[in-house]
Amino acid sequence: MNKTISLACGNGGEENNELISKVFYKAFKNEILEKSEDAAIIHNGKLAFSTDSFTVSPLFFAGADIGKLAVCGTCNDLAMMGAKPKYLTCSVIIEEGFATRELDKIVRSMKKELEINGAIVVSGDTKVVPRGSVDKIFINTSGIGEVIKKGISSNNISKDDIIIVNRDIGCHGAAIFVAREGIEMTSSLKSDCESLYPQVKALLDANIKITALRDATRGGVSAVLNEWASQSNICIEVEEESIPVSDEVKGICEMLGFEATALANEGTFVLAVKKEDADKAVEILKGFPSCLKATTIGKITDTHLKKVILKSSWGTSRFLDTPSGELLPRIC
Amino acid sequence: MGLELKNLYDDFRDGNTIKAYAKIIKEDAKKLKNQINIMEVCGGHTHTIMKYGLPQLLPSNIKFIHGPGCPVCIMPKERIDHAYVLSMVEDVILVTLGDMIKVPGSNGSLQDARSRGSDVRFVYSPLECLKIANENPTKKIIFFAIGFETTTPMTAALLDAVIKKDIKNIFFHINHVTVPEVMRELIDSRDEHVDSYNNKIDAFLGPSHVSVISGSKIYEEFPRDYNRLVVVSGFEPVDVMQAISMIVKQFIEGRCELEIEYKRLVTYDGNLKAQELIERYFDKRDLFKWRGLGNIPKSGLKLKPEFKEYDAEIIYKDILPIGEIEDHKLCICGDILRGMANPPECTIFGTACKPTSPIGSCMVSSEGACAAYYKYGNLR
Repeated sequence: MNKTISLACGNGGEENNELISKVFYKAFKNEILEKSEDAAIIHNGKLAFSTDSFTVSPLFFAGADIGKLAVCGTCNDLAMMGAKPKYLTCSVIIEEGFATRELDKIVRSMKKELEINGAIVVSGDTKVVPRGSVDKIFINTSGIGEVIKKGISSNNISKDDIIIVNRDIGCHGAAIFVAREGIEMTSSLKSDCESLYPQVKALLDANIKITALRDATRGGVSAVLNEWASQSNICIEVEEESIPVSDEVKGICEMLGFEATALANEGTFVLAVKKEDADKAVEILKGFPSCLKATTIGKITDTHLKKVILKSSWGTSRFLDTPSGELLPRIC
Repeated sequence: MGLELKNLYDDFRDGNTIKAYAKIIKEDAKKLKNQINIMEVCGGHTHTIMKYGLPQLLPSNIKFIHGPGCPVCIMPKERIDHAYVLSMVEDVILVTLGDMIKVPGSNGSLQDARSRGSDVRFVYSPLECLKIANENPTKKIIFFAIGFETTTPMTAALLDAVIKKDIKNIFFHINHVTVPEVMRELIDSRDEHVDSYNNKIDAFLGPSHVSVISGSKIYEEFPRDYNRLVVVSGFEPVDVMQAISMIVKQFIEGRCELEIEYKRLVTYDGNLKAQELIERYFDKRDLFKWRGLGNIPKSGLKLKPEFKEYDAEIIYKDILPIGEIEDHKLCICGDILRGMANPPECTIFGTACKPTSPIGSCMVSSEGACAAYYKYGNLR
């Protein structure tokens, strides 16, 4: 490990994993934590519990803002464990001089998103720090959800499963990049930020046999697939052509040398469902306006255990690696 | 309907076209007497070849040798140490391009410098320095200029603007390098150690973006004086497959010529205005050290003496480290860059040397051969 923490340590990829395992897991070691799921399953499997902090810049961007993000992020982590989000805490650290009007706008956005999830904020904390101590505002939310469907776990994926993605990928990461770097581009590109519980509920209501769910936030779809391959000791083979990517996101990736699979999402999740239910699951997801591009993207094999293989339409294959380093544009 | 961004790449990644080229190459390659070793000079090509799995489509008598052309990979630790020291000067904002900030020097990378408190920024275009300088009138902006012929005109354009606008707080640390000199070095150095080389470069895949600026003329000497043919190629998989096909055809027909695959933008003369701008501001250095390859004559650029008031290397000469730093003993990047070895043959590949903790130049940026092998695998 490096002697100092770099931005790469928060990328959701390899350096991030190293930091977590060598510092936090080492100290906090316990059975629940080591499962490394989106949310911890506690209280004899009845409750899911998760926390997340939000530090996005800019605070308002196409498709969402830090408030919506702060509620979606934690509620989605609960939903990914088959739980209905119920109770949230909200803790904010605000830089002095921050406009009250903006804070109000952020909180109203949180309220709206809580309603979509049917969750409430039951406790909170506010700190104001001197100018320069934080970048405008940081929000932490923690949440407790009631487990509706037990046994969803990224440690149990097998050859009986098919991999599905609920929509086109990379919109959040690309939208943030455009907003942050001031790239002047006329497009309809906006963040995918959305609460996923309604989609999960629809799948559970239809009795879809779900093995694992994970929202593809930092590190994108490639991080999720690699974590799954590793946690379940499987090989995931993905058809590159089947991964839905919008033209806008492709364009950003093209200009800057990124891969859409490494871009962050806030309303995109990957599903492992039993083969026999795959088509039905895709059909249900397509019933949501944001998920018209829901599709099957891959299958499980044992050719390269703990690895993800990307297959091209011209018959070649390569590893789809866990993203590493800070996301920076290629030079040439 | 206007031209959209997707029009620029969609057709050039078409599965059927790639398969069709693979078929042509396989048929043609049956007529070859010997194996052809093709060096892709540029890291961008290495990236394309590995990312799209192109070796899997080629017959066994066509082999890629990965070249030294990645501006990030070839930057020696000595120069990164310069950038690191400059970034630590109190009133300095150090600006550079993209993933240069990840490359480790002996004290760490510019990313590490930033986490230790220095003001390091990356830009998409050097001209963004003008805005940074305007917003920070009390600071000194040092542009750590890197790259091959592709990025040099942008640095020259920035200096041109700085002079014309009489801006007093932008300075330059020049690390631009040139492609033909390193190609020459790879062929020439081969003669010195002829017994130790397993491989031989038969043909070069020339990077198209370099020739957009410099023209295809910069490679004329290779077929003429060295009996190595060159095909200037674009970076999309269809481009590379077409270029390989052109190379194979030359061998079958007994030709050794300079050809352009990327006719969309490359001409014989290139961009004369950009070349004039480079001529105006830059001189060749006698020697420039390449990470993994050592000193190569006339392969680097520096500011002309009349622009010394903008030259950070002169202004900060007293604080810049001057010692030479040896490459790591176990690292075989030099051999890989010369086409003698493949990344997996290195004892520290993927163990001590990984993209998150690179030791040798080839692992440093995603365009290095080792990083591409590590990231994409070499699946057949």
